[in-house]
Amino acid sequence: MSAETMDGVFIDIELDEPAASDPELAKKLEEVCTVGIFKATENGTEIVPGQLDECVLCYLCSEAAPEGSLRIIKKYEN
Amino acid sequence: MIFYEYEARKIVELAGIPVTKYGFCQTPEEARKIAEEIGGPTVIKSQVLTGGRMKAGGVKFADTPDEAAAHAEEILKLEINGHMPVGVLVDPKAEVKQEYYASVVWDGTAKKPLMLFSDMGGIDIEQVAEEHPDHVGRGHISNLLPVGDYEAKQVIAATGVTGSQLNRATPILAKLARLFRENDMVLAEINPLAELTDGTFVALDAHMEMEGEAEGRQKKLLRKELGIAEDDTRDSYVPSEFEKNVKEIDAADHRGVIQGKDHGFEGNLGLVIGAGGGSLTLTDAVRSQGGKPANYSEIGGNPSVAKACGLAKEVLKKDGVEKIAVMMSIVSNTRVDIVARGVIKACLELGKDPAETIAIFRIPGAWEDEGNKILDYYGVEYCDRSVSLWDAAGRAVAKIQGAS
Repeated sequence: MSAETMDGVFIDIELDEPAASDPELAKKLEEVCTVGIFKATENGTEIVPGQLDECVLCYLCSEAAPEGSLRIIKKYEN
Repeated sequence: MIFYEYEARKIVELAGIPVTKYGFCQTPEEARKIAEEIGGPTVIKSQVLTGGRMKAGGVKFADTPDEAAAHAEEILKLEINGHMPVGVLVDPKAEVKQEYYASVVWDGTAKKPLMLFSDMGGIDIEQVAEEHPDHVGRGHISNLLPVGDYEAKQVIAATGVTGSQLNRATPILAKLARLFRENDMVLAEINPLAELTDGTFVALDAHMEMEGEAEGRQKKLLRKELGIAEDDTRDSYVPSEFEKNVKEIDAADHRGVIQGKDHGFEGNLGLVIGAGGGSLTLTDAVRSQGGKPANYSEIGGNPSVAKACGLAKEVLKKDGVEKIAVMMSIVSNTRVDIVARGVIKACLELGKDPAETIAIFRIPGAWEDEGNKILDYYGVEYCDRSVSLWDAAGRAVAKIQGAS
């Protein structure tokens, strides 16, 4: 199998501060995302690049985050 | 699950069908001993799960035990179609008056077992059915009710067989039908079923195939009677790198299902296909319109992007593949946008232009609009459910033929 992989071809996620540094929000995001895009760390939320394209567009993450602080970007939409 | 001939013979024997006094062995010395016990001319047959044994030199005749041992030694070293034999079968050379054909196959259309009989045995039944249709008798049997001898008799009589031959062949076909049902077979074939010069009937060769899903409840036959180990997978050929890789990708991720086969496929059009019988229909549709599929595949059950990408990449990496056709019947569980992401990503990761590489994308159903946005962005030709599977396959074939 090829080792060549590309991350975030279709989807990107932006998470603003201070939400990104909130450890409680990080736990919540890790819990709601069914495809493992978010990882909770001591410093807050870490986005896992390799999982971005698995986003199923359920928007549970944007509902869990403070309004307007998390944006799901579909790169294929102008 | 496919059985070796010596196992198929045993199954036939267990069902009460007469067989010759054969023996299975794995050394020339054992072959000599069996030939001595038989006490006459013998046939030494390679035990491999592939056809073409006779042509490859895997079947030889011996007049003496020494000759039988010598042939066994040669055959045990002989690879046939990539298969080494698990042993040889030593069989008496029978004095045959006439060869017949008897089988029971699963009829997927009628959803019932179908008995077949012909008075022209020893050759392919397909050839007999085509050239001498009046020499093939057919009859379905119930999935539930007991199989009566009269049902077998009707099938045999339809070929014109009468008298003692009819009376002797009838219980054999009826027993074959019973063993088919009791052992969850999808194929139970005796070819040839021989009428010997003394008027008796014996099974000279047998082919058996059991439904894979039934292995769990056929443990008595498989483990006790035949001694087949639990980890014996019985692949009828050595899986290719493509097949192994697809299996590995599928096993690594629980989301969705992918399967890939390329045994016997050498075309230039890769197929990423599936959904409710779609794979078979689409493969046939491509072939019937002059296309040359590079593989067979099945994708469904809402796979992840990684899984769809993995399958498409494996297809694209196959030698000779120029383009892929991504086609499914109508999907409800599987998401169109996820598959679109997967196949496009496969192209990009291999440095290929999705618009040039994907001959056609026809997956109507869940999240279709979202999928179309992705396909539009990358310039991939797609169509909706108003285009039939046949026409979509035709477009893919036309595109690849135009490109070659």
